[in-house]
Amino acid sequence: MIETLINIVLFAMLVLTALAVVRINQLFAVVMLSGVFSLLSALLFVTLDAVDVAFTEAAVGAGISTVLMLGTIALTARTQKKSTRSGMVPFIVVVVTGAVLVYGTLDMPGFGDPNAPASLHVAPEYMIGSIKDIDVPNVVTSILASYRGYDTLGETAVVFTAGIGVLALLSGLTRRRREDEEEDV
Amino acid sequence: MIYLDFIIGHLNYWLFIVLMMTGLYIVVARGNLVKKIVGLNIFQTAVFMLYISIGKVTGGTAPIYPVDNQGHMQVDPSIIYSNPLPHVLILTAIVVGIATTSLALALIIRIREVYDTIEEEDILEIERKLSAADNKTHGPAMGGRA
Repeated sequence: MIETLINIVLFAMLVLTALAVVRINQLFAVVMLSGVFSLLSALLFVTLDAVDVAFTEAAVGAGISTVLMLGTIALTARTQKKSTRSGMVPFIVVVVTGAVLVYGTLDMPGFGDPNAPASLHVAPEYMIGSIKDIDVPNVVTSILASYRGYDTLGETAVVFTAGIGVLALLSGLTRRRREDEEEDV
Repeated sequence: MIYLDFIIGHLNYWLFIVLMMTGLYIVVARGNLVKKIVGLNIFQTAVFMLYISIGKVTGGTAPIYPVDNQGHMQVDPSIIYSNPLPHVLILTAIVVGIATTSLALALIIRIREVYDTIEEEDILEIERKLSAADNKTHGPAMGGRA
């Protein structure tokens, strides 16, 4: 009961944060609210028993991504121009998409159902195998590094590619800026 | 009260869909590129919550076995653990998410360098003017289109 109450309070705070992001035009405030959103979602992950996900989200979502966004707004612009378009068409699109998604959840198993298909096939094998084969107390670690090690290898490849992409896009940024300033003089 | 059970069992999915759609609205309705990325992050986090809530088992706890002083695992069959598989998948997704976010932010910096703005409407306006000017100089040679 108390868990449900905590979930509802956290969810209300998440929705308020998201609505504030919609309304506010100061980009600094928007970036900070996005960090707040990540921390709140980390709390929600703790109540859903996903402690590993919670601290990754707190470190990556609230930490690294906030720093990257602050760097971006420092290099680009601090405020958002007021939009002249009407918000009606996007609103209708969003409501229709949401309704379709809600329809899609109708035949899903209920929240916390121990007989849900997601909890029946390989998950119990991993839970037992983590004791017998791998001998690591944290089951998430043993799946991440052993049973699904290739996933993690692929993830590393993605991060490496993204790093190369960022370097290629941003290389020579200060050099070009200096040349522009010299031309202006 | 089968309806009440159904609603309580599915309420959390619907709440996450509300969050997801708020993120989608920011992406579609707001023209500032940084704000679009923030909206995309909100959407993404809502998807993560949906996945994690699928792995939750009622009365369960985090899937970590207790360890005694000698470092041996204490396996107690009466303890219920939540499903660890969605946690692993979402850990991977979070890291991939930050990689794509950083690439998008680098693209925004390059766009600002070339167009001197990060507002979608201004960029489209500049593009329109450029293609109109192209049309004027090269139009006849290309059959009225450039």
